[in-house]
Amino acid sequence: MKTFLFIVACLLTISFKCSAKTVRVGHYQTYHSIHEALAAVENGDSIWVDGGVYREKNIVINKSITLIGRDYPVLDGEHSYQIVSIRADYVTIRGFRLINSGVSSLDDIAAIKIYERRNVTVADNIFENTFFGIYSQSGLQCTFENNKLTASAKTEQQSGNGIHCWKSDSMKIIGNTISGHRDGIYFEFVTNSVIWRNMCYNNMRYGLHFMFSHNDSYISNIFKQNGAGVSVMFTHGVRMFNNYFEDNWGDAAYGIFLKEITDSYIIGNKFIGNTSGIYMEGTNRVLVEKNQFQNNGWGMKIQASCVDNTITLNNFLSNTFDVATNGTLVENNFNHNYWDKYEGYDLNKDNTGDVPYRPVSLYSMIIEQNPAAMMLFRSFMTSLLDKSEKIFPTLTPENLKDNYPLMKPLHL
Amino acid sequence: MKKIIKYVIADILRNKIVLAYTGFLLVISLSIFNLEDNTSKGLLSLLNTVLIIVPLVCIIFSTIYVYNSSEFIELLVSQPLKRKNIWISLFSSLAGAMSLAFFVGTGVPILLYIPTDTGLLMLAMGLVLSIIFVAIAMLAAVATRDKAKGIGIAILLWLYFSLLFDGLVLFLLFQFEDYPMEKIMVVISAFNPIDLSRILILLKMDISALMGYTGAIFRDFFGSQSGLIIVSAVLFLWIIVPVWLSLRNFNRKDL
Repeated sequence: MKTFLFIVACLLTISFKCSAKTVRVGHYQTYHSIHEALAAVENGDSIWVDGGVYREKNIVINKSITLIGRDYPVLDGEHSYQIVSIRADYVTIRGFRLINSGVSSLDDIAAIKIYERRNVTVADNIFENTFFGIYSQSGLQCTFENNKLTASAKTEQQSGNGIHCWKSDSMKIIGNTISGHRDGIYFEFVTNSVIWRNMCYNNMRYGLHFMFSHNDSYISNIFKQNGAGVSVMFTHGVRMFNNYFEDNWGDAAYGIFLKEITDSYIIGNKFIGNTSGIYMEGTNRVLVEKNQFQNNGWGMKIQASCVDNTITLNNFLSNTFDVATNGTLVENNFNHNYWDKYEGYDLNKDNTGDVPYRPVSLYSMIIEQNPAAMMLFRSFMTSLLDKSEKIFPTLTPENLKDNYPLMKPLHL
Repeated sequence: MKKIIKYVIADILRNKIVLAYTGFLLVISLSIFNLEDNTSKGLLSLLNTVLIIVPLVCIIFSTIYVYNSSEFIELLVSQPLKRKNIWISLFSSLAGAMSLAFFVGTGVPILLYIPTDTGLLMLAMGLVLSIIFVAIAMLAAVATRDKAKGIGIAILLWLYFSLLFDGLVLFLLFQFEDYPMEKIMVVISAFNPIDLSRILILLKMDISALMGYTGAIFRDFFGSQSGLIIVSAVLFLWIIVPVWLSLRNFNRKDL
């Protein structure tokens, strides 16, 4: 009995010591502004904010607290302030509507900015008309989840990025919807992070834009109708699985633009209705597998600077041009894909065509050199050239061919 | 004039070749639409018939017809009729008959299977191309008295418009590779009715591929209201000018 009482006493003391208090903010509550409440709390406490409009200029959080909005209280930046600055670890912000941040290209004003902190969570918030949405500067293990970011960018100079991470590590960016910003998601020097189930559409420039961001995974995201599609550069260890790249139209718009990407995996994605599905430049040792390329102007554009890439088990369906390249030397592997333009036969019925397929047509080479030749698109002349080139390849790269083309499309 | 048109149309429609042409177009279009599960792909196959077969048949048939009815024309000329009226009615009846054949052979299947903007545009372009190539045939037929030579000229003209012109354009493009040729291409396309109609139809069909810089310029021009008016005017000129030239030639010709 004594031991039992002792244990209970111990537990009670521990629980008292651990108890964090909850502070209420609202019109009918003890505190009327978040600033007052912030002054009254300590590390580990929570602040509950009732619905209403809060114009508090810049809210600086320098304690590890949880800030929770009920009925989406509005934090208004009045077009001139950064709304929330986080200068403490283990901060959570949930359930707010952040509107009208200031605009400044000098300071990179954001709705929520994290300054060199770790384990910050920003979840279930609505951002409207903000310059930068969420900005992480040297963040570590932060989570941005289920936020909805909308801006109405007019020019690239007058708009910021939706989720902007700089020099961060182990970030989790999950289920956000981002539209109308300059870039939907922007990474620079961000490593070991996961970007999962986000949707980026109608952004001015890129849906996703990253540089020097190694070993990140992009899974089940949707990038749609962005000004220039998705652009990724100077990175190794990229994993892109099951993403959608759709309807990115324009001369410089790509489903995905890969520049200097190495040792990466692009698997199970869908590229539908883009001017170019994938554009590769200086890209080495990338595995492109089980993707669907459908209704694109160009399925893939592979520049001659790409080496040792493997393109296999993909479907190429009703693209105007399946593959285009700008040189004659091709050091990439194109075997085992399905091409709907393949005209060969399969005598032994093993679902593999007996004649190699050459996805690069002479006309696509001509266009690559001389874009004005688009005027002759689908003319008798060019189809005649293509046909004769198919029989005696002279100008198209000799070894850019699928030696084992599939006879039936894969179920992807 | 009406009487001549009536007579000539009746004569052409009795002609087995035009009936065969109609039947051929009908079989091609119906089989394309029935075999192809993807209607836009079907339209693409149809595009080739419209751009190659229709001009070929129109130009050759019309040339041969004009040569074969030289005695009938001589007879008409001996009557108190203006040469202008004779020639114009001959042209309008030929153009009417060929357009009718195209409309029945391809237009009806298009209207049945894909009555979309693209389909209707293709139908309109086919009709216009039929008329244009009848007009060019009139010019070829009046150029020389020798039937074999005349037919030769007609075939050469067809070859020029459907193949050689594009080859020349390609040659030009590579000669002037270092210069911005996009805007000039728009002008050059006006010199070939086949190219012009192809670009118009493709701008409606393959938007993603044509969205490049050249495509954007084409779309800016051909897609706008004023562009469409200019294109229609150019196509109309392609009918008027050959007919007018051939008429001038016919008026002076010693039959």
